[in-house]
Formats: sequence, structure tokens, C-alpha cells
Amino acid sequence: MSDNRIGERLKNGLLIENPTFVMMLGMCPTLAVTTSGINGLGMGLSTTIVLTMSNLIISLLRNVIPDRVRMPAFIVVVASFVTIVQFLVQGFVPSLYAALGIYIPLIVVNCIILGRAESFASKNPIIPSTFDGIGMGLGFTCSLTVIGCVRELLGSGKIFNMVILPSDIYTPITIFVLAPGAFFVLSVLVAVMNVVRKKMDAKGKPLAAPVGCLADGCAGCSMANSCTGKLTADKKGGE
Amino acid sequence: MGLFNVTSSPHVREKTDTQRIMLYVILSLLPAACFGVYNFGIKALVLIVVSIITCVCSEWLYNHIVHKKQTITDLSAVVTGLLLALNLPSSLPWWMAVLGGAFAIFVVKCVFGGLGQNFMNPALGGRCFLMISFTGAMTNFSAFDGFTGATPLASIKAGESVDVMKMLIGTIPGTIGETSVVCLLLGAIFLLVTGVIDLKIPASYIITFSVFAMLFGGHGFDSAYLVSQLCGGGLMLGGFFMATDYVTAPITPNGKILYGIALGILTGVFRIFGASAEGVSYAIIFSNLLVPLIERVTVPPAFGIVKVKKGGDAS
Repeated sequence: MSDNRIGERLKNGLLIENPTFVMMLGMCPTLAVTTSGINGLGMGLSTTIVLTMSNLIISLLRNVIPDRVRMPAFIVVVASFVTIVQFLVQGFVPSLYAALGIYIPLIVVNCIILGRAESFASKNPIIPSTFDGIGMGLGFTCSLTVIGCVRELLGSGKIFNMVILPSDIYTPITIFVLAPGAFFVLSVLVAVMNVVRKKMDAKGKPLAAPVGCLADGCAGCSMANSCTGKLTADKKGGE
Repeated sequence: MGLFNVTSSPHVREKTDTQRIMLYVILSLLPAACFGVYNFGIKALVLIVVSIITCVCSEWLYNHIVHKKQTITDLSAVVTGLLLALNLPSSLPWWMAVLGGAFAIFVVKCVFGGLGQNFMNPALGGRCFLMISFTGAMTNFSAFDGFTGATPLASIKAGESVDVMKMLIGTIPGTIGETSVVCLLLGAIFLLVTGVIDLKIPASYIITFSVFAMLFGGHGFDSAYLVSQLCGGGLMLGGFFMATDYVTAPITPNGKILYGIALGILTGVFRIFGASAEGVSYAIIFSNLLVPLIERVTVPPAFGIVKVKKGGDAS
């Protein structure tokens, strides 16, 4: 179980199975709230907290939760933490709360969280699960912040509300802070990520670890819910 | 290509190729472009040249980067650049035209596979990109004498009267290529006579839009209102030159009529009920997206087959 080391889990979340750029999970908040760097960062950190805490609790309860009702059980755990985070954000950063709006409650149904609960936390001990949550959350946060910064820079000439490109030398391309811009930026960044991946493969230092079922891992697999986990176990044993 | 090949059908081939069709389209747009330059001065010429150069260079660059066969000699990029420029106001900074041209070619045309694969008219995609990005600059219309004013369509929307004669000739504010109805119709007739475009789409478009404007425009059968709606804005330019784009229009005969009706209704909705005075470009790109559906429901039965299940394409 070499991939259960803490560093391995963090690297996995940030790079190898980056939820946004590699697994294309959680697209709804990714596209909707990344109108600025700060919004992306806020959304990412909120998700990270929920992801870490729910991974921790679900991992703790993994032998208690009956297999047949695991989905409702996961949802209850996730929803509790989302409610906590929602109140915290509303209380301490009301401007962020206003900007994120409905997308904070919607963290409950974020596929990254359920995906990690299902494919990792419910099968692994507490420490790796917690760090899996942190790694995945940070991967999500980095992706959202990068998308947000690019969109904010192109769309309004600022990064984190600091003017980088003054309006007398740069005319903001408004489309980037509107919905179409999210798709443009995301697709270009995913393309860049794939180019980097290919370059690394060509150099003999593959960024993505060889996996058994799907190149994307279980969370990206449509069969993840009905999968017995046998192949996953093989994959883990194989590494 | 020889006319007599030992191959399966079709046995008789026309000599017309993409390049020739594109050349005809360019020729047919020249009167409108020349009038635009006459009307708006040297800035319009600069925009047209910059836009065409950008589109051709973008296509060359893309093909070069992804190691595809160079396709710039089919002139389709020139047509895209020209159409895009004709859709821009003459006061637009030149670098915005560069951005729009690059967007049209890279994003709308090339990443989907180049000419024949793009689901949306590249020139209009570029225009709408600029429209959303730089709304202020894109709606800053200056007239032929440097006077900045409302377009006739905006005046109609505001309830003012317009000079229909001026709209026919084209000495009005607007984008570079849309103002002169006479020049546009001249080009359209050339395309119709040479058989490059089919009357079905423009005719059903204009008829549907007229009926819609009469029903919902609030002016009844007022012919002056109707003519000014038809001659104003990009309806003539869009209807004859951009809605009829081979790639993004349906190929089935009934589909073309259906497509024209969709265009007419959408343009009417956008113009009469929408917030802005103009709606042709959005109507066309929206209808472009409907084309696969339209083609699916209007497949004509193949010759000799009574019941066609799927995919029988008679054209």
C-alpha cells in the first residue's frame, strides 16, 4: 500500500488525479463560480474542508455503515459539514457567501466528495483518507484558483482584485468573466495539462500512474457504484 | 478532374470547387465592401484588410501547428475575414478585429476540424465573441460623415421615423457592410444567378420575418415600417451571405425552408421583444445549432424507396 503514504496522497490529489483537469469532476462549480481568483479560492477551500472532514468521518465509520445504505449515510455526513461551512462562510465572509450563492449548499452533491468517499475513504484507514481529502481538495482549489485568476486577468485586468493590467493599456475582454469564458479557459488549461502529461510520458517520467480500470481511477468510472472493488484492490496491490 | 471516370456514381461532375465558390462569394461581397469603404473611409478598409489577413494567417498557423494539409488556398478564410469585417463598425480598434478573426478561425472553425466541420458560421462566431466582449466598441456606430449616431433600427426601436431611401442606398450609420441594401442585393443576385446560393433560405427567412414583424411589430401592415425593418441592420447581409453558408445551413430542400422560418422567427423575437435593436447574428448562430435536428426531420425519401428509416440522403 505504498500509495497510502501521506505525500503520495497529496501528490495524487494535486497532480495525478487532479479532480478538475484530469478527472473532469465537479464541473458545475468549476465553471460557475470561477469569475475571479478569490471566488475560485473560496469555493476550493470550502470544498477542501468538507472533503477532508467527510473523508475522515466516513473512514472512521467505514466498518459501521452497512453497504446497502452507504450512499444516504455518506450524504448525511457530507451535508452536515456543508451546513457548517455554509454558516461559517455566511458569518465571517459575507461577500464570498454572496458571490458563491447556491454553489455552497451544492457542495453536498459535488461528485468529487462522493467520489472520494465511495472510492477511497470507505475502504481505507483514517490517516490516508484524511490526507486524500486534503490532497484532492487542494488539487480542486489550485485548479479553481488558476481558472479564476486567468478569467479575472483577461476579463477585468485584475488578479485577486489587484490591478495588473491598467485600463489605459488593456481593454478587458468581458466574455471571460461571463459563462462562455469559463469553457474557453477550462478547455485551454486541460489541453495544456494534456500536453505536459504527454511530454512527461515521452521523457519516461509518466505523470499518471498506470491504473487498472480506467485511466481516471474509480471516481471517474461510471461503474464505481456497482464495482466490487476487486480491480481497484488489484491496482493498489500492483503498485 | 476528368468528366468521365470509371467509378461508381455520381458520373457527371461539375467543375465547380470550393475555391471557385468562395471566389464568387468574395466577388459578390465586393460591392458592399467598396461601398463600406466609400461610406466610412480608410478605417473601414484597414479593418477589412486586417480581418482578412488575420483569418488567413490563423488558418495557416493552425494547420502548421497541428501538421495538417494547408487549406488556405480554398479562400474560405478570406471569406470569413471579409464577412467578419463587414459585420464590424468602422470605429472598432484594429486589434479587436484581429482578436475576432483569430477566434473565428481557431475556436469556431479549426478546432472542430476546419471547413466543413464547423457547426457555426465562423464569421458570426467571431462577431458575437466581440459583441459580448466589447459591447461598447461594437455598438459605437459612426456614420459616413464622422457623425456618431443611432442606427436606423435603434431609431425605430425608440419610436422615431427613419429615411427609407437613405437605408436603401446605405448612407446611414451601421457596420461596414450592412448599410447598403442596393449593393448587397447586387451581390445576392450575382450569387443567385451563378447558382452559388439557393433562394429557399433567404426567401423563407425574409417572408417569415415580414409576417412576424407585421403581426407583432405593433405597426400593423405599415409598409414603411416593414421596409425599414427589412433594410435595416444585418438582415440582408445575414440572410443572403451568412445564413446560406454551405457548412452551417441544412442541405435538405425542406430543411432549408424550415431553417429560414426559424431564422425569421428568431430575428423577429430578438428585434421586437429583445433588449437590443439587432438580432440577426444571434438568430443565425442559434439556427446553426438547430441544423442537425432540422436535417434529421427533413430527410427526403430516396428515389424508389417508399419508406426511409434513417440516413437516406438524396442530395
